Amino acid sequence: MKHAWRTASGALLLLGAAACSEGGTGDAPSKAASGAFDKDPFPSTYEPYPSNPVLLQNATVYDGIGGVFQNYDVLLRDGDIIQIGDDLEPGEGIEVIDASDKFVTPGIIDNHSHLGVYPSPGVSAHSDGNEISGPVTAEVWAEHGAWPQDPGFVRALAGGVTSMQILPGSANLFGGRGVTVKNVPSRTVQGMKFPDAPYTLKMACGENPKRVYGYGGGRFPGGAPYSRMGNVAGYRSSWIEAQEYKRKWEKWEDEGGDPPSRNLELDTLKGVLDGDILVHMHCYRADEMAQIIDMSKEFGYKVTSFHHAVESYKIADKLAEEDICSAMWADWWGFKMEAYDGIRENIPLVHNAGACAIVHSDSDIGIQRLNQEAAKALADGNRAGLDISKADAWTWLSANPAKSLGIFDHTGSLEAGKDADVVVWSGDPFSVYSQAEKVYIDGVLMFDRNNPDLNPVTDFELGQPGEGDTK
Amino acid sequence: MIRRLLSACSAAAAIAFAANAQSVAITNANLWTGDDMVAGSTIVIRDGRVTAVAPDASIPADMARIDAEDAWVTPGIFSAFSRVGVVEVGAEDSTNDTTAPLATFGPALQLSDAFNPSATTIPVTRIEGVTRIAVVPGFGANMFGGQGFVADTSGEADSITKAQAFSFINLGEGGAGLSGGSRASAWATLRAALSDARTYPARYIASDEGDVLGRLDAQEFSAAARGQQLLLISVDRASDIRKVIALKDEYRQLDVALVGASEGWLVANELGEAGIPVILNQYANLPGRFESLASTQKNAGRLLDAGVTVAFAYFDDDSHQTRLVLQSAGNAVANGVSHEDALRAITSAPASIFGLDDLGSLTPGSVGDLVIWDGDPLEVMSAPTHVFINGVEQSLESRQTKLRDRYLNLDESERPLAYKR
Repeated sequence: MKHAWRTASGALLLLGAAACSEGGTGDAPSKAASGAFDKDPFPSTYEPYPSNPVLLQNATVYDGIGGVFQNYDVLLRDGDIIQIGDDLEPGEGIEVIDASDKFVTPGIIDNHSHLGVYPSPGVSAHSDGNEISGPVTAEVWAEHGAWPQDPGFVRALAGGVTSMQILPGSANLFGGRGVTVKNVPSRTVQGMKFPDAPYTLKMACGENPKRVYGYGGGRFPGGAPYSRMGNVAGYRSSWIEAQEYKRKWEKWEDEGGDPPSRNLELDTLKGVLDGDILVHMHCYRADEMAQIIDMSKEFGYKVTSFHHAVESYKIADKLAEEDICSAMWADWWGFKMEAYDGIRENIPLVHNAGACAIVHSDSDIGIQRLNQEAAKALADGNRAGLDISKADAWTWLSANPAKSLGIFDHTGSLEAGKDADVVVWSGDPFSVYSQAEKVYIDGVLMFDRNNPDLNPVTDFELGQPGEGDTK
Repeated sequence: MIRRLLSACSAAAAIAFAANAQSVAITNANLWTGDDMVAGSTIVIRDGRVTAVAPDASIPADMARIDAEDAWVTPGIFSAFSRVGVVEVGAEDSTNDTTAPLATFGPALQLSDAFNPSATTIPVTRIEGVTRIAVVPGFGANMFGGQGFVADTSGEADSITKAQAFSFINLGEGGAGLSGGSRASAWATLRAALSDARTYPARYIASDEGDVLGRLDAQEFSAAARGQQLLLISVDRASDIRKVIALKDEYRQLDVALVGASEGWLVANELGEAGIPVILNQYANLPGRFESLASTQKNAGRLLDAGVTVAFAYFDDDSHQTRLVLQSAGNAVANGVSHEDALRAITSAPASIFGLDDLGSLTPGSVGDLVIWDGDPLEVMSAPTHVFINGVEQSLESRQTKLRDRYLNLDESERPLAYKR
């Protein structure tokens, strides 16, 4: 049996029954059209720009997976990292860059950004990050609200950020799908989308959903959820619907006949239950994370990463056991009740327990200096008696966020065969005085601090005061 | 219960520290005096004030000594813009006294009435080396935020340094929105308020009403209107800054400093000539609003080059993260500001803006606010090893360090962690 389906672009897609039955194993997250409808109707059009081979010579290299090497070379060619080692042969036609006194690292990956959906300038017309119309909006996709002309993207580039996840906000229980992008200037979001990155789902615990829906907006008493109890009931009700929806499709895949009615919201939740879509959940309090872990087991999915996770240090052992990442700030705290117990050692304590620790920004300012956030956390952790190296701490900035986004096979470390997403720093990136000097994405020099021609200017800033200035 | 125990404990700690003498000598300091660097210094603090600073300063025999072993020593860091001590939890209105959106008063609001020296933000800020804070009201009901104050971070009952240190007004987009919907209405309101305040009390003999200020507001605004109190003005756009410069030209006695000034570099020379200092956000480099299109991290350096007095603050969470003012200063250096100017911008410069010249420096006569660091104070990996306020060594504990110590080891095999402290 073959099902014929048309993609959004009109191309005829032919799918074998075998492909359908393989769709839900969840081993390898895939956005390909493995079911009865196109799972990738807004495909990435990003292709690396042309580049010449480059040899970064005599640098101090953090490889992003715990290694540090002095006087090392890194060879980039055809968009990939070809080799790292000492005394690599320059070879003919290879541009040699003297990186002595410089540091080379994998590009920083921020797995929590709202660039594009809450862009600059922050005028009301630009507020596209929360679909507040209801507590469950799993049907919305961040990529449909992201404005590629947000000047924040190029500022993040100057901070050494080569990839990021753009997420919907945290007003809703289910906020919608996130999108993972390469931080390349582009006329379209599709031109930034990270090829083959799995989709993600943003969910939110705690104060925000109950404030927005229960008693927010002056509509007291508002709707549901009104409490943390209501939050959990809301998630569970939706997962029950998603299970039924999944069963209908599976039945149809087995038996044929008229396909079930499409439901955009449940498409996304089914994608999670199928293992195709990774769950990123905003959750501050330790006790709430524990509830969410149990709920994920009840419905047979996995939380990939808790975000903000201000109290992860209280359950770092459990998070290690469950293999769940925590995406954290170095030191934010106290701006709301669920952030009241924030401590400066959260990130290193999570790391020290053997759990996956990530430095994230959630901020168009913070994203510009995530290396400094890692440095603060590292110093505070070691001052409290831990013994974490800078090389290990770099896993918080590249490898671990890459893993949380399902793109570690492509990027997140300096290993042969990976995308050449690489930053040359003016000095040790754990110093406040160091800056990203050169930023390569897929081997292309996308930013050079010392060459104004390689400082991109977004449409919005053209013809405005400060156009083309050093920012 | 736990909460009560914790606060009892910190009260006990505070008493223990208060009992310490206010006299100490620091030797072998790699000293930043607030104006320049002096290696190998000895600093003598007696009864809360610096009495001698010199490599060979003599130390009274009975005075406590700390050998800094060539570590960095600076005056206590002075944050020029903060909400420490007036907010406990940002989003909980019941704990947040920053703004008064339903108030019937404007300039008469005194934020020092809301200061709580026992707030958890106080030790959190102090243990990172910030010993003085200018605490600034937010804008609630109108373009007049009210009057802010300067305090120390000792947590003592008498820790307010200057209660009515300045008045704060908004002449940017925010001020326009709060005064009728246009910059035109904001300026008309300000001119009327200056007139009301400058003619107080005469014009109020016949009536309780001025053009825009009631009797009490006029009385409370009269010092700023007459140049006897600092007038802090929140403003970002270059054209708005030019208007403020023109205002200062018209009312020459006004003592004006700017807050924000994202586009200040576009009018740097005019600001320098007018002698108007700027408290700025080093991180502002995005066109976050149409009034800040030309924002750049080069702002501070360009203003300094034009002779403008610059102070830094951390604006993004000014209640809980005031401590990050040091990181702001470090980033200024990364963007071309000299290390000395960056240190000045978090010590002596804010002290001079607020007219407190015995703070922010370590010279004979200075207040004994002093920090010994384990590295370059502007480096993100450095931290204080000793903090003194008024010559008294301070506790380096906070609620955060207590939480950390409880959870350093998650072993609950014997008892719940709630018993550990």
